[in-house]
Amino acid sequence: MADYYTAYLPLLAILALGVGLVVAMFTSNRLLRPTHRTAEKMLTYECGVDPVGEGWAQSHVRYYVYAYLYVIFAVDAVFLFPWATVFGGLGWISVGEMGVFIGFIAVGLVYAWRKGVLTWT
Amino acid sequence: MAELVEVLLRVAVVLLAFLVVPLLVGQVEHKAMAHMQSRVGPMYAGGFHGWAQLVADGVKFVQKEDVVPAAADRTVFKMAPAVALLPYLVAMVAIPIGPGLVGQDLDIGLFFVVAVMGVGVVGTLMGGWSSANKFSLLGGIRVAAQLMAYELPFVLAAASVAMAAGTLSLTGIVEAWNPWWLLWQAPAALVFFVAGLAELQRPPFDIPVADAELVFGPYTEYGGLRFALFILAEYAGIVVLSALTAVLFLGGWHGPWEDQVGWLWTLAKTGLVAFVVVWVRVAYPRLREDQLQRLAWQGLVPLVLFQLAVTAIGVVVMSS
Repeated sequence: MADYYTAYLPLLAILALGVGLVVAMFTSNRLLRPTHRTAEKMLTYECGVDPVGEGWAQSHVRYYVYAYLYVIFAVDAVFLFPWATVFGGLGWISVGEMGVFIGFIAVGLVYAWRKGVLTWT
Repeated sequence: MAELVEVLLRVAVVLLAFLVVPLLVGQVEHKAMAHMQSRVGPMYAGGFHGWAQLVADGVKFVQKEDVVPAAADRTVFKMAPAVALLPYLVAMVAIPIGPGLVGQDLDIGLFFVVAVMGVGVVGTLMGGWSSANKFSLLGGIRVAAQLMAYELPFVLAAASVAMAAGTLSLTGIVEAWNPWWLLWQAPAALVFFVAGLAELQRPPFDIPVADAELVFGPYTEYGGLRFALFILAEYAGIVVLSALTAVLFLGGWHGPWEDQVGWLWTLAKTGLVAFVVVWVRVAYPRLREDQLQRLAWQGLVPLVLFQLAVTAIGVVVMSS
């Protein structure tokens, strides 16, 4: 078990190094850069004219149905990975079971397709 | 103690590769794209065919003023470039270039790399949201839509390889690789590469940063060093995607004299895929939003589901 966790030590090390790299970059940036703050420069960019309203505008998120589809399939993928490493020894029955599982979801995709959800309006 | 030194050495090499290889890809893009378009590209920096152009760019970026718009969400705005960049550094640790030549061989290497690559996109989303700019917000929403459409075929294509190899370890996958996978796993390879391009928002999937309509999408408000980090993240992403494609689908270090020069094969295959990434940028026009979604949901997802079935049948037939 201890070995299992030591395998992840280099990842922590590289993450720490990476954060250090970013910090070093911005420290040298701080030492080298000029700073002339003006009100105009800090304005939000909107093609050179004064910004209208605020940037967090409401907009129509058209793809929320895609988001549902994505979540369903993503959960499926999580089951798929552990199964992928063992199913060779389990044979046809295991493949059949996974086929039923993925088949159900695929039918869902076909249903969404037929209902015209996948057509951009 | 010796173990600790070895770990540090491996990690240092990965960091060095992370700092050098993306710049190489960037330079190749400058020059190859220029010649494909009958230009010469950078010629002056460094003297010989502008080899030091990106170094000069880095020196310029580090001296530039740090501008954060007054309306922006400052903390998120400042963190976003680092969140976009660092996942690719972490991903590079797990990618093997030869037997034993890997930052750290993980049992779940494939799963880990795919998961970490997804985090990189969050950095772009953070930038798009926190800029408080209409162009950035629209760009960020497009990034989200694209991520949702293409993450799925990307992950399923990776799962197909895991099924074929029977392991999630990247080293194990290369060891299980067989030349006939080039045919058997070809649809998965295609899906993986195309979906990977879309995740990196590389042309022709660069509608989130479509300059003619959205200025520069989520990066509109960014300048100086933070902008440079986003661009570096894009090239680091190309390196990670190319290396993964080479390792998963093109056999990694397998090739003539693989006992002596196996790692060279991995690097050569990675370089080849990276060149194709540049080539695709020059060759294809940008996809419209609806074309993009249609390609993902009605093209890549059914194709990769078909591939999963083919892989499953193939594995059971071969093992029985």
